[in-house]
Amino acid sequence: MAFAGRRDVPEPPDFGILKRLARDQLIYLLEQLPGKKDLFIEADLMSPLDRIANVSILKQHEVDKLYKVESRPALGASDQFCFLVRPRIRTMQYIADIINADKMSGRSRKYKIIFSPQKFYACEMVLEEEGVFGDVTCDEWSFYLLPLDEDIISMELPEFFRDYFLEGDHRWINSVARALQLLSSLYGPFGKAYGIGRCAKMSYELWRDLEEESEVEGQGRKPEIGNIFLMDRDTDYVTALCSQVVYEGLVDDTFRIKCGSVDFGPDVTSSDKSIKVLLNAQDKVFSQIRNEHFSSVFGFLSQKSRNLQAQYDRRRGMDIKQMKNFVSQELKGLKQEHRLLSLHIGACESIMKKKTKQDFQEMMKAEHSLLEGFDIRESTSFIEEHIDRQVSPIDSLRLMCLLSITENGLNPKDYRSLKTQYLQSYGPEHLLTFHNLKRIGLLTEQSAGDTLTAMESKVSRLVTDRAAGKITDAFNSLARKSNFRAISKKLGLIPRVDGEYDLKMPRDMAYVFSGAYIPLSCKIIEQVLERRGWLGLEEVVRLLNGNEFAVSDSTVEDNPTWDYQRVILAVFLGGCTFSEIAALRFLGKERGFKFIFLTTAITNSTRMMEAMIETKA
Amino acid sequence: MSRARADEEEYWHSSKFRAFTFDDEDDELSQLKESKRAVNSLRDIVDDDDDDLERVSWSGEPVGSISWSIRETASSSSSSLEGQDSSQQKGSSSYAAFPKQASSYSLSSLFKGEVSPMQYGLPQESLSDIGVKNYAPELRRPKAEYKDYSSDWSPKDTVIRMQRGKVCSLERFRSLQDKLVLLDEAVARHDGNVITAVLIFLKRTLKREILFRELEVRQVALCHLIYFLKETGEQKLLLDLLRTDCASFPFLQLSQYREHLNIQDVEKRREFLKGCIGLPFSAEDSSHIQDHYTLLERQIIIEANDRHLETAGQSEIFRKYPRKASILNMPLVTTLFYSCFYHYTEAEGMFSSPTNLKKTFKIPDKQYVLTALAARAKLRAWEDVDALFTTKNWLGYTKKKAPIGFHRVVEILQRNNAPVQVLQEYVRLVEDVETRLNLATKYKCHDVVIETYRDLKDRIQLTAYKCKVDRGSAEEEKINSILNNMVRKH
Repeated sequence: MAFAGRRDVPEPPDFGILKRLARDQLIYLLEQLPGKKDLFIEADLMSPLDRIANVSILKQHEVDKLYKVESRPALGASDQFCFLVRPRIRTMQYIADIINADKMSGRSRKYKIIFSPQKFYACEMVLEEEGVFGDVTCDEWSFYLLPLDEDIISMELPEFFRDYFLEGDHRWINSVARALQLLSSLYGPFGKAYGIGRCAKMSYELWRDLEEESEVEGQGRKPEIGNIFLMDRDTDYVTALCSQVVYEGLVDDTFRIKCGSVDFGPDVTSSDKSIKVLLNAQDKVFSQIRNEHFSSVFGFLSQKSRNLQAQYDRRRGMDIKQMKNFVSQELKGLKQEHRLLSLHIGACESIMKKKTKQDFQEMMKAEHSLLEGFDIRESTSFIEEHIDRQVSPIDSLRLMCLLSITENGLNPKDYRSLKTQYLQSYGPEHLLTFHNLKRIGLLTEQSAGDTLTAMESKVSRLVTDRAAGKITDAFNSLARKSNFRAISKKLGLIPRVDGEYDLKMPRDMAYVFSGAYIPLSCKIIEQVLERRGWLGLEEVVRLLNGNEFAVSDSTVEDNPTWDYQRVILAVFLGGCTFSEIAALRFLGKERGFKFIFLTTAITNSTRMMEAMIETKA
Repeated sequence: MSRARADEEEYWHSSKFRAFTFDDEDDELSQLKESKRAVNSLRDIVDDDDDDLERVSWSGEPVGSISWSIRETASSSSSSLEGQDSSQQKGSSSYAAFPKQASSYSLSSLFKGEVSPMQYGLPQESLSDIGVKNYAPELRRPKAEYKDYSSDWSPKDTVIRMQRGKVCSLERFRSLQDKLVLLDEAVARHDGNVITAVLIFLKRTLKREILFRELEVRQVALCHLIYFLKETGEQKLLLDLLRTDCASFPFLQLSQYREHLNIQDVEKRREFLKGCIGLPFSAEDSSHIQDHYTLLERQIIIEANDRHLETAGQSEIFRKYPRKASILNMPLVTTLFYSCFYHYTEAEGMFSSPTNLKKTFKIPDKQYVLTALAARAKLRAWEDVDALFTTKNWLGYTKKKAPIGFHRVVEILQRNNAPVQVLQEYVRLVEDVETRLNLATKYKCHDVVIETYRDLKDRIQLTAYKCKVDRGSAEEEKINSILNNMVRKH
């Protein structure tokens, strides 16, 4: 609302077709098992499923009862079971248990497993080992892409982050490549591809391989997306670790947006029930405040309320005919707006209440000091006290990670002391959490480099030249230096501000963090688009540990005046935050770009930290 | 299984082939399903040109719509299976994502029970040449050609086919060299699913030591195997693997320690942790594990005692404040809080006494004070709170001291609804004047506000503050007298 576009921003392509494709395929798969059947749905798939289908569609295709995976079938269950699952080993064991229990009791049924988005060999191996391989039929539901909004597409694979960055498993790269293939077949070909990060590079390579091997040509079709930019989450952990202060990010941090919708509890609705609200561009109130800094939201909402009041008040002087008109034409819209307004006002109140309770102000101060590299000691004691007071374990962890990444690791004394206090406050089993954080490079000890080098040299002695490069890469991903301070300096991520930063009239992307910091990920994208490549960014690339690429598709004509050339698919491997989305939307408006976001999942600091915590099997 | 009977009629009427029993009316359907599966898997081998799968699906037109798919299946259900109407045909399951029923190959349904879709090459089930000869005499392509297709793929082609989810036998990769080339191809292709599939094959066909040795220089593959073993819960093999791989060595003990999360029974968990203490952790981690064990050990003792006390009903504190949850498996600080709540005055010799905990686990002063304060404030034991911060110097004078800022003390007291008299005593001790004024104003500690303004000689604020206090109250009088005093002095 605050900024006017400099150039016309192109319209995003219509992603509705992705939903239709997914729905039709699911229906087709359900029809493969004709007759009455019970459907077992993986918990993680429920919300995505909700976005493309509903119960009546399932009922139409003879789904009788719906179960959540992990629950036991009821006694009067159908003769046919259909399992709609993610390809996970423990789910296979659960299914095998059901089948084997049926076999034991002499109950005969048909079983079908539908894997989404694809099947893994390891899953079939489990089915085979459990002796149920021949008893089930397996299908794949290629539901790679869920459009959450007109410019956000999610793969809904939150586990991508842990699987790839922590465990070093490449299982989802194929899914990413297939998703890109699908998008490119529908909206491409993309004229230019940029990227940074190991996973980005691999996904790109695999996608190119797939394209070459398939003979499908996108000929005769007008491309709708001109550029694609792939980025690994570990290129920029800092941004994802910061407290979010744009409205959508705050709502996500506070209430957890799930699959584009949020459950507002009684504290927001000021009634005794929760309301599920879809948050997207269709929500006329939300769409105007989602990208705004929280401080501007209040003003906007109160202005909006006054306008609404005024519109209601108009009916006072009306005669019967005007009144009739008002009721039939405007009232419904006004009521809808009223409902939305009161919800978002309620949400703001609830956010404020929660944030003041948590000394949000102090926390922001500590975060900003860490980003700027000031008063590190003071921030360290703030974190320490945060831990000692046993307040939110996730926030404590997050702040420690932020300290570590911005400082290139903690000094051994601080590391030990913070770790000890953390274990004492939140439980000794977090020893495993610290281990994971170290492995992924989020929370490291400055001296850790020594042991790594020793290990590295030992291994490299055994290495043939062929594997040498790969190993070095593997070690890099294990614990690489973040070099945040140097990168920040090079790219000017900390804006120099004379006086107050006007959050209502933002000058740059830093507004998404109260003017204190320009998100690194977005800055990289901005720079590369501006330069149409990595030229001049060599030093930054080196500090980011390389793996950058920029490829032009020679078959696509290059003409920046065409609208689609200004549509950019920003792919975040390992998750993307609403703050980043807001920042790039801002950049788009400034420069006349339209960003489309493709992410493995929407993420935030809490989700990232939670992914590092070990739970029982 | 009497697979040797290649007679089609026999096959269709025999029920011995069924992997499990369907109801009678489902009989044909199940066979059909099986055959369809076989057909489809066969087609992968026979017909190399089935990429229309992708072409059809993602070409952008609304494919896969219900009507479209029904039409598709109906047209393909033409010939071979007599007496099967189209609805049953539709019902037959194909494992493929999109319809690709191949009408002309249905004789290959004879493979029922033998061919499983998308297997990755398990000896007993792989589609061997013998199987083809015996059971599928009418395949469109000649046998020799079939052989070409099944076994002459390069490692790279094999990986690509596997990536597409097609049946591929890995059995022919028998030499170590071949196996490793296959693995390297899978890694180069960046598909974790295929990497894991190849690793499962290698795990079955290679001696452990050899496999581990080769993986040591193949870190990406190693990560996949480690993760696979974690997921399948093959703890023993995982530990063996970690033991041989020097790079993974630090993960070894932790991965063992991790197991305790899966042990519900506290006694067993304690025993398990005891076993972990002996493992060669780093010095730092080893002390954490030791502490974990000691903590659980203490908790078990405290829990047993307190449960007894509580049920006996003799202890006043337990009667007044029944325990909400067991203390087992709680963090140390929570345990300390609990002990400060229920066992504050106990002698140091008791396991449940706060001082004992503090000593045993070397709890820093700061953390101890914060926790004790919260516990005693919750009980509204204000004298204990007072004692917590009171120190006597050698002359016998008392002084209030705290290892944490007094603003934190105030915050904790306030959260526990401390009365103003208690609160203001600590607000007064907040060093920073501005914070002190803020807190005092916020919590209505009038005396502190007034005194602070007096010390600041701020007449204006003081006068303004008069409206915040009750008319005719002692505070108002105090303000008035101060204001008067100030006037007189000037």
